[in-house]
Amino acid sequence: MIVSKRPRRAKSGRISAVGVLGELLMTSAALVLLFLGWQLWWNDMLMANSQSSAARQISQDWIDSNLSTPEPVPSVDPAEPSAEAIAVGYGAPIVAAVPANATAFAVLYVPRFGVDYRRTIAEGTGHDVLNSNRLGIGHYEGTEMPGAVGNFAVAAHRSAFGGGMHLINELQLGDAIYVQTADGYYTYRYRDTEYVAPSQVQVLASVPNNPDATAVDRIITLTSCNPLYSTAERIIAYGVLESWQPLAAGAPVELAPIIAAQG
Amino acid sequence: MYAALWRVLPGPIWVRVILVLILLLAVLAVLATWVYPWIDSIINNQEATVGGS
Repeated sequence: MIVSKRPRRAKSGRISAVGVLGELLMTSAALVLLFLGWQLWWNDMLMANSQSSAARQISQDWIDSNLSTPEPVPSVDPAEPSAEAIAVGYGAPIVAAVPANATAFAVLYVPRFGVDYRRTIAEGTGHDVLNSNRLGIGHYEGTEMPGAVGNFAVAAHRSAFGGGMHLINELQLGDAIYVQTADGYYTYRYRDTEYVAPSQVQVLASVPNNPDATAVDRIITLTSCNPLYSTAERIIAYGVLESWQPLAAGAPVELAPIIAAQG
Repeated sequence: MYAALWRVLPGPIWVRVILVLILLLAVLAVLATWVYPWIDSIINNQEATVGGS
């Protein structure tokens, strides 16, 4: 009887080149997948938390430094429907001067994005703003400031880097978009969304998509990436200013409990 | 490669399993703390703006 003596697989010290190569390839595949998980989930979550708490700090500082200011009295009854919808008793909104690049000047609240959603808006749309741990939303240079006639346009990431506009596609007609500054609260109402190519800068015009027209409305424009996890297109959400009130008058009714909870 | 690592580890199987888990966690911590942020800052090409500013 012939017993075929198959060589047993080496159990000690022997390492085959193909085996090592295979293991290295599988390891690098795992590292790449881990990087995506880190960027889209873990680091996104860390940045969202730190951006949110930075925004709370800024918002609260403005409120605290305004506590001594006496509450202004509306000059007309807010319940009375006014022809000048913008005025709502407090006159024309204060329009702040444009700050230096990467300087925080506003905090954005969008209840549709979650009751604990808040993000700092800073000047400029570079990486130093959009990819920052404490900022996150960038104001397009050359576009108007909050409350101004024209277009107050901002950008934020859709996913990763804190995903400031993660839920931008869920806005519904009439949703409130609050912008708080050192001067007051600007209440915008979401109107509509469009999807454009990344090159379409006309959405930033004072009258969006109509650069030659003279602005009449006070618009807010939110821009981000689309589809989710891609940068192929841009999603653009527009809102119109509904009212304005100074900080000392307190937050708008829907926003007040959100502001109170953050303290 | 990994088989060699397994052989180098001392003790009975359950000790080796714990050691492997500790090594894995250490590798993940180093990646998340230093390596991935560094890579992120290099490839940093995710534009969210119109006009590509």
